Amino acid sequence: MNALILEPHLARADDFYQALIDAHRDLSDDESAALNARLILLLANHIGDFEVLSAALAEARVDARPEAGSDAQSTA
Amino acid sequence: MEPRAAPALGYRRSPDQDAARVARHDVIVVGAGPVGLCTAIDLAQRGIKVLLLDEDDSLATGSRAICFAKRTLEIFDRLGCGERMVDKGVSWSTGKVFFQGELLYTFNLLPEGGHRRPAFINLQQYHVEHYLIERASELAGLEMRWKERVTDLESREDGVEVRVSTPEGDYRVRCDYLVAADGSRSPLRRALGLEARGHTFRDRFLIADVRMKAPFPTERWFWFDPPFHRNQSALLHRQPDDVWRIDFQLGWEADPIVEREPERARARVRAMLGDDVPFELEWVSVYTFSCVRMERFRHGRILFAGDAAHGVSPFGARGANSGIQDAENLAWKLAAVLGGTAPEALLDSYDAERGAAADENIRHSTRSTDFITPKSRVSRLFRDATLRLASRHSFARQLVNSGRLSTATTLADSPLNTPDVEAFASPLAAGSVCADAPLTAAHGPSWLLECLGGAFTLLVGVGRDQSATLGARVARLRAELPGVRVLLVGAAGSGSYDASQERVTRVEDSEGLVEKRYDLQYDTCYLVRPDQHVCARWRSTQPAAIRAAYRRALGYPAAEGTV
Repeated sequence: MNALILEPHLARADDFYQALIDAHRDLSDDESAALNARLILLLANHIGDFEVLSAALAEARVDARPEAGSDAQSTA
Repeated sequence: MEPRAAPALGYRRSPDQDAARVARHDVIVVGAGPVGLCTAIDLAQRGIKVLLLDEDDSLATGSRAICFAKRTLEIFDRLGCGERMVDKGVSWSTGKVFFQGELLYTFNLLPEGGHRRPAFINLQQYHVEHYLIERASELAGLEMRWKERVTDLESREDGVEVRVSTPEGDYRVRCDYLVAADGSRSPLRRALGLEARGHTFRDRFLIADVRMKAPFPTERWFWFDPPFHRNQSALLHRQPDDVWRIDFQLGWEADPIVEREPERARARVRAMLGDDVPFELEWVSVYTFSCVRMERFRHGRILFAGDAAHGVSPFGARGANSGIQDAENLAWKLAAVLGGTAPEALLDSYDAERGAAADENIRHSTRSTDFITPKSRVSRLFRDATLRLASRHSFARQLVNSGRLSTATTLADSPLNTPDVEAFASPLAAGSVCADAPLTAAHGPSWLLECLGGAFTLLVGVGRDQSATLGARVARLRAELPGVRVLLVGAAGSGSYDASQERVTRVEDSEGLVEKRYDLQYDTCYLVRPDQHVCARWRSTQPAAIRAAYRRALGYPAAEGTV
């Protein structure tokens, strides 16, 4: 099984973070949400591995709501 | 609505009504829609005495099923009416998806040749019922009674007794098994206190059948947010007789009474076609869709099939097509149980197999409907992001879901399967429906599915072997497997003939496609069920293993220590 990488893995981490914030500059909340949706779909296709994506969804869900997070983890 | 050239259906008094003792039939099928008719025809072809009852005496009206899938056509072939359906129907394999007036992508549902039937035909349900009724009326042992409604039924240890209401009063009649194919509102389901559960989508759709001369090609066209119907979707299908099916998504707030008004519907069609295309409305209706199923399809001697057992939204054409697969799954099993070659437990596999198929159809249909009608703001956000990306990037096109169109269900987890123990370079593992292929039979060019027919068959690769050793081996197989036909598939140029042995046929793999699609090497064999699903395959013909798989496919418990 391919595991979700949770240790540092990003090349140029600070530059990426800045680019992510910059990408949303001048956008309304709705436009930002749409951009994020497109970004997720683009990255998901690049990753391609369903197990990795499921693990990422579960991990992201952990902080969404405490009780929901533990559920998502147990089914990941 | 123009009157249909309908076959003569009408109430006629039957001897059962005046019989001193309650008459008994092998099987009673309730509901003469496509599913009930297919069940009755299949049973009658297998020598079962069938009584088909319908409360009405007319064909389906208006916009109902129109897309009949390749597997359904193959079943119609086996039932003796495929050619007629395909001749009248409009064949298609290509679909196009548009987003805001721009073509997003084109898909082909049957990209390879060497199949007798196309991916789909479009044909109005009333034509399908008409041809099925004509076929049914040719069969001895199949009796159709119209304007006869089952008002009560009682399931007993040894059969089912029903009370039937007719224009001339009630009578009672019995059967060994009863098939309830009485539609989504199934009065029989209700009479038994049973339910089909699931959920209804909060959206409404206008469905219009329009008669016109139009230049559109014979393709399925689906629009997301088209210029002529903003923020909603639309679907266009061609039918025979210059009739076109158009679906307009309306949204949950739409008033179904107002939307049904012809002038209102005409305006929507005009917006789509332009002002200069003359058309007439043949049928208009406003629908909501549900995805539901019964928990179990078998209740003792009563079996539910088609819409009575399960329902889906129309995106994917999984309603009638899955119901007709129910019919074919059930018919051979009932015939085997009634004929004494299988235990009654075989009927439980109908529930297991077709229940799994219903779950698959509901899953696909629900996902399509959720894509077309997003349930939440975020769902809408991702849907629109997908469509936006799909116009530029091919990866996003595979996420666009305007309906995942019906294909034959693979019964992968069936208890009747014997799993592979050897490696195959072919996806046709146990549970798969057999892939068709052209071949040459003794009577001339033919098709694999035609040669498989409707009986248990062992498909064996024999290459160029014409030897006496092969003859002896086949004779032994025949002796060990009394219920199984043997279909020998020889290499191109090796000849085809009706072998002198009974239940043995030899055909020629004239284009090499059987070998390719089945990875059919010398002595490789496939055991095929009466519904043309694979139940097991091996690299060599070992009678003991084949016999064990055959018994398993008939629902017998695994024999201990004999294999």
